[in-house]
Amino acid sequence: MASGEEDRTVEEKETNNKKRTKGAIATAWLTFYNIAMTAGWLVLAVVMVRYYLQKGTHKGLYKNIARTLKFSQTFALLEVGHCAIGIVRTSVIVTGVQVCSRIFMVWFITNSIRQIQNEESVILFVVVWTITEITRYSFYTFNLLNHLPYFIKWARYNMFIVMYPLGVIGELLTIHAALPYVRRSGMYSLRLPNKYNVSFDYYYFLIIVMLSYIPLFPQLYFHMLRQRRRVLHGEIVVEKDE
Amino acid sequence: VDLIASVVAAPGPPTPAKRKPTKKTKKAVVFFEVEILDAKTKDKLCFLDKVGKVLPSFSLHWYPARQSIRLDPKGKSLKDEDVLQHLPVGTTATFYFRDLGAQISWVTVFLTEYAGPLLIYLMFYFRVPFIYAPKYDFTTSKHWVVHLACMCHSFHYVKRLLETLFVHRFSHGTMPLRNIFKNCTYYWGFAAWMAYYINHPLYTPPIYGEQQIRLALTVFLFCQIGNFSIHIALRNLRPPGSKTRKIPYPTKNPFTWIFLLVSCPNYTYELGSWLGFTLMTQCLPVAFFTLVGFIQMTVWAKGKHRSYLKEFRDYPTLRSPILPFIL
Repeated sequence: MASGEEDRTVEEKETNNKKRTKGAIATAWLTFYNIAMTAGWLVLAVVMVRYYLQKGTHKGLYKNIARTLKFSQTFALLEVGHCAIGIVRTSVIVTGVQVCSRIFMVWFITNSIRQIQNEESVILFVVVWTITEITRYSFYTFNLLNHLPYFIKWARYNMFIVMYPLGVIGELLTIHAALPYVRRSGMYSLRLPNKYNVSFDYYYFLIIVMLSYIPLFPQLYFHMLRQRRRVLHGEIVVEKDE
Repeated sequence: VDLIASVVAAPGPPTPAKRKPTKKTKKAVVFFEVEILDAKTKDKLCFLDKVGKVLPSFSLHWYPARQSIRLDPKGKSLKDEDVLQHLPVGTTATFYFRDLGAQISWVTVFLTEYAGPLLIYLMFYFRVPFIYAPKYDFTTSKHWVVHLACMCHSFHYVKRLLETLFVHRFSHGTMPLRNIFKNCTYYWGFAAWMAYYINHPLYTPPIYGEQQIRLALTVFLFCQIGNFSIHIALRNLRPPGSKTRKIPYPTKNPFTWIFLLVSCPNYTYELGSWLGFTLMTQCLPVAFFTLVGFIQMTVWAKGKHRSYLKEFRDYPTLRSPILPFIL
């Protein structure tokens, strides 16, 4: 009987050790990931600033940053995976929706509709995203290293108040600017008759996307406001933004 | 003693309504004290002294269907049939009350959500104005498969309506009111989306023509009969008015032999019917509807399978929730 109990505690210790190792690997990977993402978006920021200082205009800027932007933003898909396997305690769906909307803006609007790439609204949302992401990823990094400077925490939970609405304005203006080109070219659309007996009009789809900001944006915004109130009232910050 | 889900008007004096007649007994009667607390705020909503055979009904703010009374604030609701004496309580029983919100009967929801697709599809079939170009108003499709599809779709929903009225025996009387909006949006929305393309003047009939349609119709009819057989078998498990739960077994009807392999064959047959309809119409929205329905039914089947396993020790191990051996 005694040896049976010993076996059990040995087993428990083994599972605890496995859990600790898994936790250590996860933390190591997440730290690397967040440092890499911070770096990626910093590079983007530097390129944009240098371009503007050299050329004095934003025209032609998109071509320069396109690859870095696509790379950095697409890499963020991994975050959905992090939530799915549980090493980050956030809802998979919320993260999924956020990342998908970014991917959509980058790949299905800005990248594919060349005529709007020099619009000011594009620069607006790219700048907003850059500032937001640098803040967010450095916040996660410092958190994982257990050494969070207050100004990063302050930035993460205060800058969104202005950044979020500005970003939304940039995105909406960009989609709106793209509409006439979408209509004219009939891109991503499927007309009847066809053997699947279905049709899809990208133009109307984009209008629906724009309208969907109306219910969605306030929800996300107030969620962040609630987070802010909780965090800045001195509670322990366990990275848990739902 | 029946703990009838009753009680509690928070503001205002309680009005003792009718008392059910108590049976005379020569044995010593145990009296209970019952207090009911709000599950969230723990406010004492009501205190009943000397609850003997019967808990008196009070008229109230919240009608019985939306009351959830439970022994633990986070626990499961007690049922109407639960008996006070058989619950694990002392002589002072504490119950927790939760308002389930406005309720609506299952029958009402089913009838509404099924009548919609029936009528909506017919509107598209007869090409009512403002859907397609005006020159097509009130015309009918030149493809015979479109007529067949209309008959199948209509038959399916008429069958569902009749089953709701005459076959199904529901465990719960009601569900939350907001479900009717959610469910109707789903059924009516998809029905309109499918019907639009199938009855469209530019509809393309199935690639493999008559062969494909014939196979599809066979699958569809086979699964409709199967689905109906299962509904009848499930109904016969439960005597009228009762809420007993038993393990379903295959009967003499060959369509029920699938019970050997599957816990929820009604969902299996339903999937089959819609696969048949997808094949018949060769329409992507129908395929999409089939997929979404399949995902939902799988979730339900897995839940049902799990509760069968929990409730019955001797539950057949060969059975899968919805797809034999697979899912």
